[in-house]
Amino acid sequence: MKTKKLYQLAKTIRSKNAGVDRITFDIIFNEEANYLLVKQSKVLTVDSVARIFNVSIDRICDFVEYDPAFAIKFTIQRKRPSGSPGEGDIFGCQQYPPLLDIEIPMPSE
Amino acid sequence: MKKNKLRILCPNGHLGFAPTKEGSFKLGAETKPDYYCCDSGSDDIGPGPLGNDDCVSPRAWQKHDLELMLLASRKQNVPMIIGSSGDTGSNSRVDMYVEIIRELAQEHKLEPFKLVYFYSEVKKDYLREKLKNGITIEGLDGRKDLSPGELEATDNIVAVAGIHPFIKALELKADVIIGGRSSDAAIFAAPAVYNGFSESNSYYLGKVLECASFCAEPYGAKESVIGTITKDDVKVTAMHPEQYCTIASVAGHAMYERSNPFFEYFAGGKLDMTDCSYIQIDAKTTQITGAKFIPIEGNMKVKLEGAGKVGERYMGIVGVRDPYTIKNIDKVIDWAREQAEERLGKEGYQIFYHIYGKNAVMGEMEPVQDTKSHELGIVVEAISEDKDLAKEAAIIGSRQIFYARLPEVKGTAGTAAFLIDEVMPTSPAHRWTLNHTVEVDDPMELFTLIETEVTL
Repeated sequence: MKTKKLYQLAKTIRSKNAGVDRITFDIIFNEEANYLLVKQSKVLTVDSVARIFNVSIDRICDFVEYDPAFAIKFTIQRKRPSGSPGEGDIFGCQQYPPLLDIEIPMPSE
Repeated sequence: MKKNKLRILCPNGHLGFAPTKEGSFKLGAETKPDYYCCDSGSDDIGPGPLGNDDCVSPRAWQKHDLELMLLASRKQNVPMIIGSSGDTGSNSRVDMYVEIIRELAQEHKLEPFKLVYFYSEVKKDYLREKLKNGITIEGLDGRKDLSPGELEATDNIVAVAGIHPFIKALELKADVIIGGRSSDAAIFAAPAVYNGFSESNSYYLGKVLECASFCAEPYGAKESVIGTITKDDVKVTAMHPEQYCTIASVAGHAMYERSNPFFEYFAGGKLDMTDCSYIQIDAKTTQITGAKFIPIEGNMKVKLEGAGKVGERYMGIVGVRDPYTIKNIDKVIDWAREQAEERLGKEGYQIFYHIYGKNAVMGEMEPVQDTKSHELGIVVEAISEDKDLAKEAAIIGSRQIFYARLPEVKGTAGTAAFLIDEVMPTSPAHRWTLNHTVEVDDPMELFTLIETEVTL
C-alpha cells in the first residue's frame, strides 16, 4: 500500500508546554480531506503515541480529535516539571520531531 | 454609558520577552482601540525566575513595550492594563513596572493619571495555616495535593489572578493597571465584563487575544491584533499588513498550550468552547460565537505557582569527535560518574549529562537509539546546596570524560575536546514545587490593590 509521511499531509506539527507538568502536541491540517484521512487511518492513537515516545499509556493524559481546527492533539505528562534539574526542553517545543515521518496509508486510486 | 462594542488591542503575547513590533502596533493604535492590554508573564520560562525573584527579559525591552502602550493609551486617554508583570508577576516585578511607568511619565512629561497596581504573592504562612487546619491544597495536572514538605521546599509563591482585581481597579477609574501574576485571558476579559458584556464572550475574547499575533497566520510573533466584543460575538483582526486571522489560525489557537481545546479554566469557572463556530468575515478578521462560560459551583479556586531552589549549579561543556568514543559514550559517562563518586561519594550533589547529538533534547522520549552524529556536545550540569561541591562535581564530571578508559581507543592524549578548561557558574537550579489550587471565600483574598496618582 502507498503511504505518505505525516509531514507531507499536515500544515503544522508542534509541541509546547501545557502548564509546567505537561507537554501538548498539535497536528494541524490545511484541508479537511487530509485531516479525515489521518484521523480515519487510526495510525495516531493513545497506544501508538505512547509507543512512539516510549512512555506508558497512563502518561498520555489527553487525546483529542478537534474538528473545528482540523487537528489531532494529545498531551503527555512530563516525568519531571519543566526546567527541573536534568530536564532538557524548558518550553517543551522540540519534542514533536518523531511525529514527522510517521507513515499514513493512502487510499488506492 | 454602556458601549455596544468594545475594541481591545493586544501588542504582544509576553510583553518584554521579545520587543513588540512597532509597525503593526501603530496601525492598531491609529484605529483608536478602547483598551490596550497585555500579559507579561508565563510559566513557560521555567522555575528559575520565580524562585530567584528576577526577570528573564532585559529591563530595556520591557520598558520599550510599556512605553509604546503608555504613550498610545495616554494620548487617547483610554486605559492600559498589564498582567503578570516582569515574567513572574511577583511583588518585586510589580514594583519594577510601577517604577518604569513613573519614569516614562517623567520622561514624556505626561499629564497626571491614576495608576492602580496589585500584588499576587502568597506567603508560605498562609498556606501552612491552611494545611494545619486540614484544608487540602489540591494538585493540578496529575500532581499530588500539597504536602508540608513541598511547601517548605518552596521559595516564592504567586496566586494567579482572575478578572477580579482588574475589575476592582477599573471601578477605581484606573488609567493604568499593573498586575501581579494573572491569568492571561483575564487581563482582556476584565474590561469586557466591566463594560457589561457576557462572561462567555468576554472570556473567549481574552482567550483569543492573549498571545497577540499567535492567533493569526502566517506565523510571526510580537505583532498586534485587535479583538472586538459585542453582545453577540467576538471578532479578532490582525494588524500586520501581511497577517490574517483565519478560521484555521483562530480555531487552532484555541488549542495552543493547553491539554484540551474545549475547556479553559479560570478563577471562578471554566470556558466551554465545544460549540464555538468560526466565520471568516473579511480577509483579516474571523468572528467567533458559541463559547459558554460555566461558573464554578461553591467556593472559588485560585491557582498557585511556586518554585523552590534545588541548589547551586555549575556547567561544563565537552566535545567528543572520536567515532569509537561516540559509539561507547555511555561507558564514558559511566566512567566519569564513577570517578566523581570515588572522589566525592554518592551524596550531596547531582550530576546530569546532556549529550547533544544523542538525546539531550528528548531524553527518555527519544526514539532514535542509533546515534549518527560525527560529533557530540556534552553539557555537564552539576548541582549541590554547597557551591564549592557543585563546582568540584562539575569539574570532575567534565574532566573525567577526557580521561575515559576505553580499551581500543586510538587517541591516547585525551578523549574529549574542552571548549573551556573550567566550568561555568549558572543561575541556581530550581524546580516547580507548586502547581495547585486553593479555595478562597473572597476572590480578592490573595490580592492586594494599591491606588496612586502619577504626577510630575
